[in-house]
Amino acid sequence: MDVETATSLGVWGLPLAIVGGMLRVSPPFLFVSLGECVTEKAGRVNLGLEGNLVMGAMVGYGLSYLTGSAWLGVLAAAFVGALLGALHGWLCGRPRVNDIAVGIALMLLGVGLAFFLGKGLIQPTAPRLPSFSLGFWSGRPQVVSALTIDLLFLIGVGLAPLLGWAFNHTRYGLVLRVVGESADAARAMGYDVNRVRLWATVFGGALAGVGGSFLSLYYPGSWNEGLSSGQGLMAVALVIFARWDPVRCLYASLLFGGASALGPALQSVGFTSGYYLFNAAPYALTLIIMVWSNSADKTSAEMPAELSIMR
Amino acid sequence: MTADLPPLLEARNIHKRFGDLVALEDVSFRLEPGSFHVLLGENGAGKSTLVKCIMGFYQADSGSISVGQREVSIRSPKDAQRLGIGMVYQHFTLVENMTVAENLVLARAHVPHVVQWKDELDAIETFMRGMPFQVPIRRRVRQLAAGEKQKLEILKQLYLGSRVVILDEPTSVLTPHEADEVLAMLRDMAHEGKVSIAMITHRFREVTEFADAVTVLRRGKRVGGGRSAEFTPEDLATLMVGSKLPETRLDRSPNPTPTAVPTLEIEDLTALDDIGLPVLNGLTLQVRPGEIVGIAGVSGNGQDQLVEVLAGQRSATGGRLRVRGGAYRPTRRQIYECKVRLLPEAPLVNACVSNMSVAENLAFRVFDRHPYTRLKWALSRSALRKNARARIRDYKIKTPSPDTPIGALSGGNVQRAVLARELSDEVSLLIAANPCFGLDFAAVAEVRSRIVLARNAGTAVLLISADLDEIFALADRIVVMSKGRLVYETPTERADLNEIGRHMAGHH
Repeated sequence: MDVETATSLGVWGLPLAIVGGMLRVSPPFLFVSLGECVTEKAGRVNLGLEGNLVMGAMVGYGLSYLTGSAWLGVLAAAFVGALLGALHGWLCGRPRVNDIAVGIALMLLGVGLAFFLGKGLIQPTAPRLPSFSLGFWSGRPQVVSALTIDLLFLIGVGLAPLLGWAFNHTRYGLVLRVVGESADAARAMGYDVNRVRLWATVFGGALAGVGGSFLSLYYPGSWNEGLSSGQGLMAVALVIFARWDPVRCLYASLLFGGASALGPALQSVGFTSGYYLFNAAPYALTLIIMVWSNSADKTSAEMPAELSIMR
Repeated sequence: MTADLPPLLEARNIHKRFGDLVALEDVSFRLEPGSFHVLLGENGAGKSTLVKCIMGFYQADSGSISVGQREVSIRSPKDAQRLGIGMVYQHFTLVENMTVAENLVLARAHVPHVVQWKDELDAIETFMRGMPFQVPIRRRVRQLAAGEKQKLEILKQLYLGSRVVILDEPTSVLTPHEADEVLAMLRDMAHEGKVSIAMITHRFREVTEFADAVTVLRRGKRVGGGRSAEFTPEDLATLMVGSKLPETRLDRSPNPTPTAVPTLEIEDLTALDDIGLPVLNGLTLQVRPGEIVGIAGVSGNGQDQLVEVLAGQRSATGGRLRVRGGAYRPTRRQIYECKVRLLPEAPLVNACVSNMSVAENLAFRVFDRHPYTRLKWALSRSALRKNARARIRDYKIKTPSPDTPIGALSGGNVQRAVLARELSDEVSLLIAANPCFGLDFAAVAEVRSRIVLARNAGTAVLLISADLDEIFALADRIVVMSKGRLVYETPTERADLNEIGRHMAGHH
């Protein structure tokens, strides 16, 4: 948001800037954390979603540029994310393979591959995702522009309760939870644990790819190597914070988005000292949440029992 | 009796080998429709192998199985389910973090794409109303007591439409009161002609009080059986172990004077479990020198956590611990100085490092002291080996050499090695948690006599056991633990089994 936008609004400038920033920054958190939530519900951790995110951003931008359609870019990003997820799921299905180690390897692979293949995309401009404003009630152009959101974000907002419903009301959701809670019980019921986890990782990977496409196709809205600042990794922490509930993932994403917007928002009202410190807010938040939620004496009761990160 | 009885289940001349081990040799078993039949035998007698052959986990090498006079081939538990045969396993197969209703619906062969919970809940409630016992269907399984989980496992089989239900030691996790309740219900349902029941157990009482028929297995062979009314518990014991039951009560010196200063004092101890819920709720207990105090209780009432707190593996959230009159924090130094020793259950996992040698494992308590360590850092291999040879001789540990990894020893010899390590020096406090779990007769007798010897020498012994017989055989004083508290106390000679059972069940 522009500096004059916020200053001209007086006291309301700062909260408006934070809300506006939140709406732009939180969608990648939202998609990655929803994806990770599905994967972890099945009892597996995919730390490689940062790689999916960056690959999704690059491929989404490239396809959008080549075809002229931002939505085709989003689809391509989902497809590439699903492929990386399938690779993770397949590798972890081999005997004695650790999902954490595979995740870190795939994160490095995804990021490296995206930088290598995306070299040519730094210059051109691709079509962006359509957007509209929630500020139509206000006559002030600053409010209208701050409250602009895009359709993809709305899809994510709708997806969160849909996933929550599916976990409890569909066969797929129930089977996913059984696999995540007790592999033995799932096998006794005749389900193929590895196959369920593979699909959960593919689905999670695809959502992370979509989250990446948001970065390059909406906000900041271009492709460069500094596009993601670890959102994919932070989203994993966010799932723990949200205690494996998709709707709480949505709230947590908004909170993280708001924290990320704190630095720029303060800058926009003319508060410039400690700028880098406030930019570190999401990272500090990650750290605090990890310490708070992972203390040895209170492992969360909602945690899927099969998660290897906790064993 | 209704006309629609469950089918006759018959296994004829079953043979099953695993490599060189003959697990079953020419065993036949006939489950009459609407009867309650017990399979009796020691650990390793072949009971589980037999029912696993019936359920399709294993394929018998020879012999046949027929259901309702028709010979069948059962390749997997799914085949068995299709034939109306269901099994309740020793360990719960429920998903802890899901509700009772979710567990029931998921157990079905076909779960609908979208579950209409309103209809499902109505159907389950109707089903529950027709059953002799109820379980709250909206509650999460982790919030159920062990008895309720066991009932749910049985209900699940009935919900799935099983007419023949096989149960593997269903009462091992229950209080005596809960066990009687569940067994009486199973018997009544069988006599009403709703189901046939086959139950694995090693408790004679369950045969004489509840069963219609019994089959006794020993070392893979059928050694007897018939109508259970024809057998006395002594007959069954003789068949089962091949001789009369061994004498249980051991020689001991007179009871300690009650005025002696307690070796262990626990006052208002509180602690949390792994998910942060209170599991010890103000536990107070004293153990005097030369006394064995037995803590009885259904497992899961805080016994494990109590042992962990005393052993230094879990921190207490409140209360005081004193050993020999002084404040006690279970650090390595204090454990050594206060002469506290521990015999945990599953010693290979909880008290040994499986890949390290017998000699090294035998020295865990002392390796960092003279003469095993010189100049504070130089470990003397020869001193370790010398120590090990003496212990191996004194405790008759069967091991190829002191340098053999301890994981290669049999269970009984691992526990002997742990006994040797924990008991060969002077001990003021011994904590024994299910010390005989999973051991054979000879090893059990050895462990128990060593514990009594230590007591006679003036050691205070805290015995935590899920086996009431063990507590009756060893303890001077019995306390009952329920929901993280001690709720009842009695000297062993005046102990009343019913009273103890009532307190174990939480009815106090």
